[in-house]
Amino acid sequence: MAFPADYRYTREHEWIKVDGNQASIGITDYAQNSLGDIVFVELPKVGDELTAGKTFGTVESVKAVSELYAPASGKVVAVNENLATAPERINSDAHGAWMIKIALSNTGEVNKLLSSADYEKYVKEEGGH
Amino acid sequence: MVDFGGWDMPVEYSGLIAEHMAVRTSVGVFDVSHMGDILIRGPQALDAVQHISMNDAAKLQIGQAHYSALLYPQGTFVDDVIVHKLGENDYLLVINAGTREKDVNWVQSNVREFRCHANDLSDYYTQLAIQGPHAVDVLRKLTNVDLTPIKNYWFTYGTVCGIPNTMIARTGYTGEDGFEIYIPADEATSTRVWYEVLRAGEEFGIVPCGLGARNTLRLESKMALYGHEISDSINVWEADLGRFCKMDKPEFIGRAALEEAQAKPEGLKRILVGLEMIERGIGRDGYKLFSESGEEIGYITSGSPAPFLKKNIALAYVPPAYSQIGTTVLVEVRNQRVKAQVVPTPFYKRPRNK
Repeated sequence: MAFPADYRYTREHEWIKVDGNQASIGITDYAQNSLGDIVFVELPKVGDELTAGKTFGTVESVKAVSELYAPASGKVVAVNENLATAPERINSDAHGAWMIKIALSNTGEVNKLLSSADYEKYVKEEGGH
Repeated sequence: MVDFGGWDMPVEYSGLIAEHMAVRTSVGVFDVSHMGDILIRGPQALDAVQHISMNDAAKLQIGQAHYSALLYPQGTFVDDVIVHKLGENDYLLVINAGTREKDVNWVQSNVREFRCHANDLSDYYTQLAIQGPHAVDVLRKLTNVDLTPIKNYWFTYGTVCGIPNTMIARTGYTGEDGFEIYIPADEATSTRVWYEVLRAGEEFGIVPCGLGARNTLRLESKMALYGHEISDSINVWEADLGRFCKMDKPEFIGRAALEEAQAKPEGLKRILVGLEMIERGIGRDGYKLFSESGEEIGYITSGSPAPFLKKNIALAYVPPAYSQIGTTVLVEVRNQRVKAQVVPTPFYKRPRNK
């Protein structure tokens, strides 16, 4: 699995890609693979405030429900509406299928997240039991 | 891999939806070796089976099987079982993995008064389920048995993958046509047969199927799962399995309580119904149900997206007043209440001649 080097990652398997003081958020390829066929996503609305580490939505596969955790704090500025009708895009392109974009309230928060190398090491350990 | 009644089993192989669709439209194969097998043998085997199970085993012919259940005296479930009549004094009960020890103990202690033996043969068999409209075409390539005359819920014996005297049953847990074969449990044989089935099924696009697809397939077909639709606190009438419970046969464990429950003027407290979500949301196992006026009325026993029907469906217990087709109920999905409707079941019924 290749995790883009310019993204940062959480231990709950979200990714965040920073662009200036805005950032896109999604779930990793490892996450989509362990969830299986994704059939439903529940996302916040534009204007909602996210707090780093708190849940901001859910993603459901046929077999399970998973909470989504905010990698960083900020206000939602865009929601990927395509995922409401085509949630399977998360399976086919997890690192391209962004869920929401936020205006970061503290760009420093992102630096505390895992780098792609650290995340890759982390999932190897998690998957290797 | 997940631990399932002590078995290390895959939830999915290539993907749950693809596996589910393969069974509905072509063919899939399941390793269901976790299922347990109890053999009841002896001159009073039939009396013993009649005593411990709710369906009328006297109606079975040799080579025939039926759905039944082992009940507690209060009319609730020890487990559901498939009873196979192997011979005049020989019955095979196929039981669930998670309840195996309990079932074996229950059967052995309750057949003691009859002249028969009840033996746990679970470890001797690898059970493979080949399911789907092309299951017959796949198995035909691997056996000398003419499969055409085997009717649904009948079985026979023949050579499969070179193994003589293999039990071949036209049974399954998917709501689709298919077969279950019982082969020796040694690893070399099991592995060989598994791959021979996959190879024979290649031309039909066979896929190995995991527990996930097994669950969604049985849910679409409204087949009960122990610990969900049936349990030691749910009785036969509530579970809507009365058609498999023969009150006109001689005595059986649970009968008196069921008769009493039937005679009660206030009737049933709850009954199993099928639900279809009509608003956005997926009702899942354990989610609570509310009436439109906000009263808590029941819960979902099994709920999931239905891959073939492309709807979100559920089985649920509700008071009879809410069991009419078309009744709207609210499912509590996390912090919201989402509308669902009582619908006819089974949700899926296979087309005839498919």
